[in-house]
Amino acid sequence: MKLVRDTWLIFQQEVGLMVRNPVMVAFSLAQPITYLILFAPFLKVVMVDRGASSYADAYRIYVPGLFVAMGLFGGLFAGYGLLSALRAGIIDRCRVTPVSRTGLLLGRALMHVCLNVVQAVVVTLVALPFGLRVHLANLLVSYALLSVMVLLSTSISYDIALLVRNENSLGVLVNTVGQPVSLLAGVLIPLVLAPMWIQRVAVWNPFAWATDGMRALFAGQITQTVVWQGALIMSGLAAASLFWSSHLFNRDVS
Amino acid sequence: MIEATGLRKSFRVGRGRGATTVDAVRGVDFAVRRGEIVGFLGPNGAGKSTTLRMLATLIRPSGGAATIAGVDLLRSPAQVRRRIGFVAQASGTYDDSTARRDLVLQARMHGLSKSVAQELAVGAIRAFQLDEFADRKIKTYSGGQRRRLDVALGVIHSPRVMFLDEPTAGLDPPSRVRMWQEVRRLREEGMTIFLTTHYLDEADSLCDRISIIDAGRIVAEGTPSDLKREISGDVVAIDFAATDVADGAAGDLPAATKLLAEAPYVHAAEPVDGTLRLYVDSAATAIPQIMRALYDRGIEPGAIEARRPSLDDVFLAKTGRSLAE
Repeated sequence: MKLVRDTWLIFQQEVGLMVRNPVMVAFSLAQPITYLILFAPFLKVVMVDRGASSYADAYRIYVPGLFVAMGLFGGLFAGYGLLSALRAGIIDRCRVTPVSRTGLLLGRALMHVCLNVVQAVVVTLVALPFGLRVHLANLLVSYALLSVMVLLSTSISYDIALLVRNENSLGVLVNTVGQPVSLLAGVLIPLVLAPMWIQRVAVWNPFAWATDGMRALFAGQITQTVVWQGALIMSGLAAASLFWSSHLFNRDVS
Repeated sequence: MIEATGLRKSFRVGRGRGATTVDAVRGVDFAVRRGEIVGFLGPNGAGKSTTLRMLATLIRPSGGAATIAGVDLLRSPAQVRRRIGFVAQASGTYDDSTARRDLVLQARMHGLSKSVAQELAVGAIRAFQLDEFADRKIKTYSGGQRRRLDVALGVIHSPRVMFLDEPTAGLDPPSRVRMWQEVRRLREEGMTIFLTTHYLDEADSLCDRISIIDAGRIVAEGTPSDLKREISGDVVAIDFAATDVADGAAGDLPAATKLLAEAPYVHAAEPVDGTLRLYVDSAATAIPQIMRALYDRGIEPGAIEARRPSLDDVFLAKTGRSLAE
């Protein structure tokens, strides 16, 4: 109960600070919308043999991929915020109070979840005029899947940040990990177009499962097994990674 | 109110085979009574902050024991947190937040309800005179305003014990004096205050008692006046680095040190940063003798000053180094 209350408290504070900085939020949307407008049309051409006969089809394939890319990178850079809070002494100030340690971390992670879902909603709205059509229930499930994904990538970023404790190493590691993971998840171009060996490697990429699940949702196939498989893989990993980052965060204090 | 025995902390630096252990605090004992302002005085890296962070439950001691407000530090850190306030060296506030928001958050992190937290924030804003800027972004605050907010955050829940890590580091003189007033006011409200400082004047005028800490150990402890009294007599400081002295005067420092250290009327001679400090029974009778001895050797000092011993003299006597360097 205390964990829930304290998580909510930190979440409110972090969201409050974000809302006070709307320019930053607007800028964080620039990249996904650029991709949405300038990259998605390519897919119509590339995927023409795979059933993408219209812009609507192209967006139905691309938007879920974009969600995964946003969820992956949006979370992976969360460690910067944690490091700057640590450096500014904010975390120390909180840790001297009886506030829940895990709540300090979880409230921050949930702020990133919230931010990413807001971005996803904006992306969805921008894609509508280009012909994107998706069932509302499926869309909501895809937001839920995105949320779990952000929890996973955020906690991975926290793990790295707490281990390396400096922004430069975090940046290098995040990019080194993020690029292959996102490409091997087929976020830009679906893996069906990839050579066989890439597809075999991608089987081991949890984010590839999440992308497939996300695309199935947008294709209106909520009953496909890959939807719950992707969700299950993401949830399991997110739980494990959160547990570990909370362990790292609480290390040396009780 | 605070009792520490044999408190130690060592850190591992580096990884694998190249790892070494650094002993930041090598076993300190001290006690702070209710309503006292006690300071740890020492240079940077002496182990002051580490000691404070151990007492504030931020890092776990490697050894030793401590009780704070009757609660065992190692056994019940969560109980300790309810009874203490802590102001770190780094400010610990959000640049984009406001004083009011952070005060409310701080009170709520102590488990208080929103309405109580808001009331406490209003009270703190009044008590620390933050009214003028309480709803502005914290990044627009001056150093002194920010520091007052830091202390206000630390005491929002009326702790019994307050830890202040370098409360006035980097502040301009008026802001420092103001901060001292705030600290004294907190003591009048019944708080026990434990602070660290590397400022001699701060230790001297603010603290009831001080512990001088160097290289992880307490080397002296007592009231500022008792500590200074330990250095009996006067201090005569001879400046060899004064600008109006002919070239080469600074070169006379080693010779003068050697000469005067052997003089019967000098207890000790310590060169500090171009100045020679002489510890004597009475400056009034020693100065003529010193002058004569120097002139006999053809040494011309730049300036000569007699004064009462300061805490820096105590520090120098205990550690062989000056804190003012």
